[in-house]
Amino acid sequence: MSAKSMSTESMSAKGSSSVTVNLKVNNKAVTETCAANTTLDELLREQLGLSGTHIGCDTSQCGSCTVHFDGRAVKACTLLVAQCEGAEITTIEGLGTADNLHPMQAAFRECHGLQCGFCTPGMIMAAVDLVHQEETLDEQKIRKGLEGNICRCTGYHNIVRAVATAAKKMRN
Amino acid sequence: MVEQTIGKSVQRKEDLRFITGKGRYTDDINLPGQAYAVFVRSAVAHAKIKSIDSSEAESFPGVRAVLTGGQVADDGLGSLPCGWMLHSKDGSEMKQPPHPVMAADKVRYVGEPLAMVIAETRKIAKDAAELVAVDYEELPATAMVNQAQEGAQIHAEAPHNICYEWELGDQEATEAAIASAAHVTRYSLVNNRLIPNAMEPRAALADYNPGSDELTLYTTSQNPHLARLILTAFVQLAPEHKLRIIAPDVGGGFGSKIFVYSEETALAWAAKKLGMAIKWTAERSESFLADAHGRDHVTEAELALDGTGHFLALRVKTTANMGAYLSTFASAVPTYLYGTLLAGQYKTPNIYVEVDAVFTNTAPVDAYRGAGRPEATYVLERIVNLAAVELNIDPVELRRRNLIQPGDFPYQTPVALEYDTGDYEASLNKALERAGYADFSSRQEEARSRGKLRGIGVSCYIEACGLAPSRMAGSLGAGVGLWESGEVRVNPTGSVTVLTGTHSHGQGHETTFAQLVASKFGISVDDVEVVHGDTGKLDFGLGTYGSRSLAVGGSALSKAADKVIEKGYKIAAHLLETERDKIDFDDGEFRVRDSNQSKTFQEIAFAAYVPHDYPSEELEPGLSEKAFYDPVNFTYPAGTHICEVEIDPETGKVEVVRFTVVDDFGTIINPMIVEGQVHGGVAQGLGQALLENCVYDEAGQLQTGSYMDYAMPRADDLPAFSVDTTVTPCTHNPVGAKGCGEAGTIGSPPAVINAITQALGIRDISMPATPEKVWRALGAGRAHV
Ligand code: FES
Ligand code: FES
Repeated sequence: MSAKSMSTESMSAKGSSSVTVNLKVNNKAVTETCAANTTLDELLREQLGLSGTHIGCDTSQCGSCTVHFDGRAVKACTLLVAQCEGAEITTIEGLGTADNLHPMQAAFRECHGLQCGFCTPGMIMAAVDLVHQEETLDEQKIRKGLEGNICRCTGYHNIVRAVATAAKKMRN
Repeated sequence: MVEQTIGKSVQRKEDLRFITGKGRYTDDINLPGQAYAVFVRSAVAHAKIKSIDSSEAESFPGVRAVLTGGQVADDGLGSLPCGWMLHSKDGSEMKQPPHPVMAADKVRYVGEPLAMVIAETRKIAKDAAELVAVDYEELPATAMVNQAQEGAQIHAEAPHNICYEWELGDQEATEAAIASAAHVTRYSLVNNRLIPNAMEPRAALADYNPGSDELTLYTTSQNPHLARLILTAFVQLAPEHKLRIIAPDVGGGFGSKIFVYSEETALAWAAKKLGMAIKWTAERSESFLADAHGRDHVTEAELALDGTGHFLALRVKTTANMGAYLSTFASAVPTYLYGTLLAGQYKTPNIYVEVDAVFTNTAPVDAYRGAGRPEATYVLERIVNLAAVELNIDPVELRRRNLIQPGDFPYQTPVALEYDTGDYEASLNKALERAGYADFSSRQEEARSRGKLRGIGVSCYIEACGLAPSRMAGSLGAGVGLWESGEVRVNPTGSVTVLTGTHSHGQGHETTFAQLVASKFGISVDDVEVVHGDTGKLDFGLGTYGSRSLAVGGSALSKAADKVIEKGYKIAAHLLETERDKIDFDDGEFRVRDSNQSKTFQEIAFAAYVPHDYPSEELEPGLSEKAFYDPVNFTYPAGTHICEVEIDPETGKVEVVRFTVVDDFGTIINPMIVEGQVHGGVAQGLGQALLENCVYDEAGQLQTGSYMDYAMPRADDLPAFSVDTTVTPCTHNPVGAKGCGEAGTIGSPPAVINAITQALGIRDISMPATPEKVWRALGAGRAHV
């Protein structure tokens, strides 16, 4: 292996062209221009200042970056901004606010479903989608459904409780 | 009267910002005009650096600078020190070869930083880093811990790659007891190497102001003050009073963010050298390559028993991997945090342990959640289980026969520690009850009828936390004291700002410490704000590791709060025109005994800051107190883990169907937070036992460098946990707390392996017990039937 192959390949920024996209982020229309190899998580964090979406890996396997793309949970690190033309993106900042929490956010606090908080935004976004997708949820389904999101702190026990609690509230 | 919350599961004060995406982690912070750094890392495990050609990278548009290890050396930066000096059996000092901030002449592990590229954007820096050409003269690599002593020598200072050869205990008495024992159980094991994997990768943002000579470093640290001390006193990056380190929200640590690493140090140096703000954020693959790893022991143990199943002696010989360089606390982990724990919960009269620490061409190894104590517990709880099988005694019964009993405290072990208190059998009994241990055979039968194999395993752990009396630590070679400091600032309106030298990166200190202080003053938790993680705000602190925060840091706060109350008495006596001894303080009110005269805590605070009517001759204005607390002993959390597994013989897949934990953590302030700590700890222990394994090949290339190769526990790998406690308060700190952060990781791995070996009817299986290994073990077992 040579030194050059140690960091993952990326297209040279100077060589790549830029793209301009129109999309909605948290219900606000935005038009952004960025390098063609920019991913959605980079756009959110670095250009739009939405730092609630986190980056926990470089192989699309941790789920820390999960946001909603047209209502479905996606890993923002796997999407190029160029693929987001016309999309409606919701991030943790757009899900609920401090004085008007989404039931999933409230349940994570109530059930102690977070410790360091780093996986939490992605976990909450994935869990909201899971509740929307599944008509009924039991512990096994919740565990299977969150399999794409890694939490190193909680052992998932209280996350599972939080999702079950929120699911009840969301269906009422 | 404000409701008091000690022992109550108060919701966490810190959560609102995290659940709304308003946490502020290092990578979320940006400074105007900041540049970005990317490190060039060694592609080989062991080589001389013949040359580094950075010319192409330097001329890449947008690149501000390329700095190399050679330039670090030219600037006279010191080596990254190890904070704990160990001595070998022969009295010689451990070998501490230089640990350069960036490699200049030689590289010693894959991923070692040797240059950094600083550019206008992250992308440019990354692209340019690929243009840095390094010419290596490769050397044979020594990657395996059990071949280290015969392998190619890594440091000129360390022949046979030996760092130290340490011992503890009475060798002669132990060997004599083993020689004449009725039964000796022998066990060889590997404690698998792990990669901590806090979900937030390490990151740093350094800024330098040439006008004031102030250097600020935002970084993912569990102990910013200690980092400042090392970077100033040893690395000589800046004068201590000119370096401010801020550890904002930190996304998990588990030990991996205790240490002073190359990258953060190089970043701060570069910011000062270039006079600009620079940010670096690790990619996950860098975390795999260059965060300090954990465990990695090869051990042989012998347990001697008499004819009635009483332990006579334990002898342990371990080779511990230090990796390529000594990380900040590396030397202490397989010694003072390992050898001293080998008595466990048992009355074993003779113990002797030898540890050879060796260098290899792998990433440095240091404390990872539990640090030494999981390794000790694994040796002991596995060999005790094996002895039970060999002697045909129920494993619980064998443990029971040897447990230290409540009447034995304080209990002096043969390996240096003196346990203050505990009731191990109480935890064991409660756990057996909760786990339905007595009915296991019916569940096993039922599983068998479905073609599944069930096993149940027990592990009784002890750990030593709250590290440690400074005098003792100093005599054992620690480079620092291990006290903690705290400050309780009562504001004029009676709200309180609490500053602690510990650091919260998931543990919930902002809540627990608020509960502690609020209860002292009889005020609401909402009126207490906890501040941590900034050397600019608190004088000094030792940070968070070793489950020390509440036991040591909480004790400092308790002392500071007592000082505030004492001053409050004097102010109240003056205002109420009586004597201090005639006043009681309760429920937030200073009351004159047997009268209806009183002053609230808030009134006293106001009087202290607006001292118009005040005992000015006797007292200074203000109501703010500091305290330092130096522990007089370790604390000794202990408990029982019981694991029940079901194995599919067709696939070898192990399902943990029940996991029961009963811990004695002493006094508990917030049970919800404590349970959460146990859940997370057990998850990491189950990860070690079933999934996680860090593998290097013989050439020293990391084979498990991403989440595709390194199996992290995911939600569907784990069960729900059944968690409970027993309580014997710590006898020697004012809070009564023992610490709870690591226990889950310490007790769980042997419980899992004890369960699996029982289910399979085999003697041993190495961690992680993957489906493949279990399936093969089943094959081997079948062949013998
Ligand atoms: S950062 Fe997107 S999956 Fe890990
Ligand atoms: S709360 Fe820390 S990673 Fe999930």
